[in-house]
Amino acid sequence: MAQEKIDFAAILNEEAQEFKEIQILNEAGEIVAPDLVPDLSDEQLVNLLTKMVWARTLDQRSTALNRQGRLGFYAPTAGHEASQVASELAMDKQDFLLPRYRDVPELILHGLPLYQAFLWSRGHQAGNEYPAELQALPPQIIIGAQYVQAAGVALGIKKNNKPQVAYAYTGDGGTSEGDFYEGINFAGHFKAPAIFVVENNGFAISVPRSAQTAAKTLAQKAVAAGIPGIVVDGMDALAVYQAMASARAWAVAGNGPVLIETMTYRYGPHTLSGDDPKRYRTPEMDQLWLSRDPLIRMRKYLTAKNLWSEDQETALVEQFKAEIKAAIDQADQIAPQKVSDFLKNTYQNAPQNIQEELQKFNQREAK
Amino acid sequence: MTQKTMIQAITDGLAAELAADDKVMVFGEDVGKNGGVFRATEGLQAKFGEEKVFDTPLAESGIGGLAIGLALQGFRPVPEIQFFGFILETMDSIGGQMSRMRYRMGNTRQMPITIRAPFGGGVHTPEMHSDNFEGLITQFPGMRVVVPSNPKDAKGLLISSIKSDDPVLFLEHMKLYRSFREEVPDEAYEIPLDQAAVVRSGKDVTIVTYGAMVREAVKAADELAQQQIDAEIIDLRTIAPLDTKTIIDSVIKTGRVVVVQEAQRQAGVGNQVISEISQRAILNLQAPIGFVAAPDTPFPFGQAESLWLPNAQDIVAKVQDTVNF
Repeated sequence: MAQEKIDFAAILNEEAQEFKEIQILNEAGEIVAPDLVPDLSDEQLVNLLTKMVWARTLDQRSTALNRQGRLGFYAPTAGHEASQVASELAMDKQDFLLPRYRDVPELILHGLPLYQAFLWSRGHQAGNEYPAELQALPPQIIIGAQYVQAAGVALGIKKNNKPQVAYAYTGDGGTSEGDFYEGINFAGHFKAPAIFVVENNGFAISVPRSAQTAAKTLAQKAVAAGIPGIVVDGMDALAVYQAMASARAWAVAGNGPVLIETMTYRYGPHTLSGDDPKRYRTPEMDQLWLSRDPLIRMRKYLTAKNLWSEDQETALVEQFKAEIKAAIDQADQIAPQKVSDFLKNTYQNAPQNIQEELQKFNQREAK
Repeated sequence: MTQKTMIQAITDGLAAELAADDKVMVFGEDVGKNGGVFRATEGLQAKFGEEKVFDTPLAESGIGGLAIGLALQGFRPVPEIQFFGFILETMDSIGGQMSRMRYRMGNTRQMPITIRAPFGGGVHTPEMHSDNFEGLITQFPGMRVVVPSNPKDAKGLLISSIKSDDPVLFLEHMKLYRSFREEVPDEAYEIPLDQAAVVRSGKDVTIVTYGAMVREAVKAADELAQQQIDAEIIDLRTIAPLDTKTIIDSVIKTGRVVVVQEAQRQAGVGNQVISEISQRAILNLQAPIGFVAAPDTPFPFGQAESLWLPNAQDIVAKVQDTVNF
């Protein structure tokens, strides 16, 4: 047998060294990277925590509504607030959002009326009738598809000479899809303004991140596409905001896409459709991540700045609960769906088979 | 009018729409400098520039996603999938995504995409290039699947496909690309995407087919005419959605029908046609419906194509069975 003349172990080790996690605000609510603190006004900082409190409240209420049978499909978001809210707030309203099923908070923050998000959860088409000005797609289910489509949207933005970006989300499991690579590679080749966010919460339903790939980080997959990749503390809203805002500036300047891996955790199950995390997670693991909670550290940070108080938060939570109740009531008012509408929406102009079926369903629905 | 091959007519149609609409984008593997492996995009990049006619990395799913994303930004994408055998790599973009976008978003968004792909057998490609997967794509409501059988139709149907606000799969039979020329108008013109063509009138039997089998059916009809059998030929042109009315009108008139497809016998377009005839005109039939199709094996190796592909003689024999029933 020939000797190994090339030191592969050293190469592998070298590859893994490159991707250090970026943190700005630690668990104690202290700034640990002063040079990287995003340039946010007091008002913007308060807004950041306010929206994170909103997302946590929405998660709690959505879970309750699901158990009452008033909501359908739901993928819990608690634990993801920094990763989701801070990434969305760093974007412009005219940027194009390609979410996956867990990214409903970003969609609402981007402009989707809350009652429509509830209708989507219930499986009602009106949930996906997006206002013309809303720059977003409904949540993607076929994980990976949003990545190849983001490359296309970003190329379109570039060809239209708009100062915007496309931004897409997936989870740690999503990075194993072939489309993940095709998406980042296409965007990289075309220098298209796309931001690819990987919310690494450690589990693809039950399969741990370690079983997805031999790569030490998911961000390093960017190297193969010739684009920058970074790892950020996904429980740190300031780090996520800084990463997204910087990536946006880089992309809008014509430099191409960025891949951002946010290290986070979902406190709840994959979805409320029967998943039991006790099968694959330990209480110790849950406790460790709860101690890194994104809201706790932002509260500490803003309280120290005299920008936040418990009373203030209690009042906000009550306000959000009232808004959520109003939205679910509004969703209840939407008329039931009609197959005739589905038929009309299948083609621009109804072909023969659709016309025949329309006739049948129009009669049935008139009864 | 100029005598043109089908590939020239297709290039013509692409050029017409690139010139007419600034939002049309032609892209795919080797479509730029190389003009496509069959030269369908020959000269288009030089004429319309790299912004509108461009090569992509070699990844068909990426090409599908690119088309969807560009459509969301207001473009009218015309991607090429180099060979139809590679279409399976784009299956989610077609069946999971673009075909249902209008439905899924309650008619608030649309996907004006035309995917072009060379397909069919008879030109001895390496394995896994040819294939007749068109029946698969016809299973996705929201998609239109168009298959021209001649140069004049190819140009008109292609222009209509590009102008259509529905997603279209436009299938170009490789054997028809250069096998004959016919008069093709120089100007742009449209052919509706929901109308079959009666390419030959007859009173004794109806032959329903599409793609390269239309030429075989015409050869068969010439031979059958010598035997005093007067065949009517319907070229479906659009295999999804189907123009059922034209088929049924003809079958009621002739009372006998043979359905012909190049694809394998199992599932597929021909069986859908047979189903519609069975449901709507069975009492008008004087003989069982005839079906000419390829055997139920995977697409054959290049040198075995002539043993496998249906041809005019198969059609003649089946029509004789039907007429003499």
